[in-house]
Amino acid sequence: MNLLAIAWKSIRQRRLASSLTALSIGLGVMLMVLVLVIFGAVNGAFNQRSVGYDLIVGPQRGSELQLVLSAVYRMQPPSENLPFMFYEDLKKDRRVVSAVPLAFGDSTQQGGFPIVGTTTEYFENEYMPGHKFRIRGNRINGLFDTIIGYEVARQNKWDVGSKFQIVHGGADSEALHEETFTVVAVLAQTGTANDRTVFLNIEGFYAIDGHEKPVEEVEERMKKFYAANPERLAEAMTQLEGVKSGQLAAAGTESPRVMKEVTAVLVRTRPAKEHPFDSMQMSSEFQKGYQAMAVNPIRPIQRLMQSLLGNIMKALVVLTGVIILVSGIGIFVSIYNSMSDRRREIGIMRALGAQRMHVFGIILAESSLLCIGGGVVGWLAGHGMAIGAAPWVIRQTGLLINPWSLNAWEAVLFPVLVGVAVLVGFLPAMTAYRTNVADALSS
Amino acid sequence: MSLLLEHVRKSYREPDGRRLPVLGIERFEMKQGEQVALLGSSGGGKTTLLNIISGILTPDAGRVIIDGKDIASMPEVVRDRFRATKIGIVFQTFNLLPAFTALENVLLGMSFSGKSVDRVFAKQLLEKVGLGHRLHHAPQKLSVGEQQRVAVARSLANKPVILLADEPTANVDPANQQLVLDLIRNTCRDHNVSLLMVTHSLEVASSFPRVDRLQEFNRPELCLQEQAV
Repeated sequence: MNLLAIAWKSIRQRRLASSLTALSIGLGVMLMVLVLVIFGAVNGAFNQRSVGYDLIVGPQRGSELQLVLSAVYRMQPPSENLPFMFYEDLKKDRRVVSAVPLAFGDSTQQGGFPIVGTTTEYFENEYMPGHKFRIRGNRINGLFDTIIGYEVARQNKWDVGSKFQIVHGGADSEALHEETFTVVAVLAQTGTANDRTVFLNIEGFYAIDGHEKPVEEVEERMKKFYAANPERLAEAMTQLEGVKSGQLAAAGTESPRVMKEVTAVLVRTRPAKEHPFDSMQMSSEFQKGYQAMAVNPIRPIQRLMQSLLGNIMKALVVLTGVIILVSGIGIFVSIYNSMSDRRREIGIMRALGAQRMHVFGIILAESSLLCIGGGVVGWLAGHGMAIGAAPWVIRQTGLLINPWSLNAWEAVLFPVLVGVAVLVGFLPAMTAYRTNVADALSS
Repeated sequence: MSLLLEHVRKSYREPDGRRLPVLGIERFEMKQGEQVALLGSSGGGKTTLLNIISGILTPDAGRVIIDGKDIASMPEVVRDRFRATKIGIVFQTFNLLPAFTALENVLLGMSFSGKSVDRVFAKQLLEKVGLGHRLHHAPQKLSVGEQQRVAVARSLANKPVILLADEPTANVDPANQQLVLDLIRNTCRDHNVSLLMVTHSLEVASSFPRVDRLQEFNRPELCLQEQAV
């Protein structure tokens, strides 16, 4: 029988006290695991992996964070728009591999999901590196055909063929658009904001009644936007003259180019290995030449994560760490209190030939078994709870939770528990070490 | 020679600082396989003597030779290992550990010897003392007589050269006293283990071929005389 087996026997003898102390450690570990899993999901949703683009281009008004939150995560309303001509220029830029326009601002009447007008290129690109969209249904043909995200379909109980209406602006708006939209396809779950989005052909977005801006407003905006680019401004003004005289409007069903706007453009530049400065170059060019900004989608989110969420996570981890420490003190009290009852046991073991280090080791093994056993139970319970809660969290927040994802903090959890075990077991172990055998046997 | 005590002295320090002499033994010896009953009154130093022979206590002076080695001069760690391998102890109150079954109590005796645990031999020992059917019973589920039999099996687990028994029948009912006594003596004889049993009962001692009275060869006053010198 080794020391661990002897320690285990002793723990079993004091089942209730041992279970309760191990449980308290387990609860602390469970809380820590839950905090880590939830923050892992939040982190995963907002980190580089969830963005398949190098730059988000949007109007200069508003902050970088606001642009990323609205264009990628659809959590913020758009601040202003960019001229469609600007998107066309961007698309022609030799550094740009793919430029996808986004036009948004409306939402579904049912559920308040954001409506995003875009092109088919959006679905041809990977939504995150190595992940392509999986679409069930048909291609978009009509102006008001839509592709809906997984959560939109699930929550609104919509499927291919469902019809719905949208409201202008946010979900609380009462300005109902007259057009009726049809679901032609449903996206498979992605764990990103796409799950909670309704996609529309960008031409359909422009065709919605009320989306067209007054010519004077567009003229004003063009003058501001292309103030540093007289050539493009002149082209825009010529087109606006055409709109004013009615010539362009009559040329086709599509809206005239100059009258179209996009809310943001998702840009993928040439491979960074060969062209490492493309993104940086474009960012600085926009700052000088236009009233637009090109933002790396990762940095503002990273800043947010580090400055706010990261600190909250650290605070919660420290808090759960304190809970574990307090539970450790509980184990110390439990073992230490049992030492007077076990004095004779220790005396008997010493009389049978156990060395001082043997009884010292048995007590340390006992505290280690309680700490690590409680920790394993808590770790499994934490991940078990995450498995149980994952569907609910996904339903409520759209965060794709991976209950078994391991956080770096978890790697240090068990070494820390061993440290706590040694710390709380040391004093009782020393008591056992110092036990006077003859006195203990005669007691 | 199984056991030899020479010039052994032991005294305790009292709370007021004075020394209380307990043992002053010039010579005491036992041959291999010999069975000796040591008669002594309560407080006469019997348990102290057994603790010194087993290495639980060290004498103030003198030599305690067991199997040719002086246990009194060994460092504590060596002495503990020596005790585990060469000395078996049967206590008055059996001292079985309640968290362990009968078999585990015997195995526990083997665990500290540094040798691998021999489950087969442990079972054989328990079968020999008539507990083959009670291997997995906790001590509290066993009768007093059965508990003492487990204690006897445990004391022989490491095939010791000497077995020290401290009033092993004191807590056993009269009907079972002789049974326990016969068990200890027969088992020691079968394994060629020397037996030193301390008792205050003349009746128990009378069945032994050799009976020594502690007060006849223990002269605690020697401690004081030597201190004075």
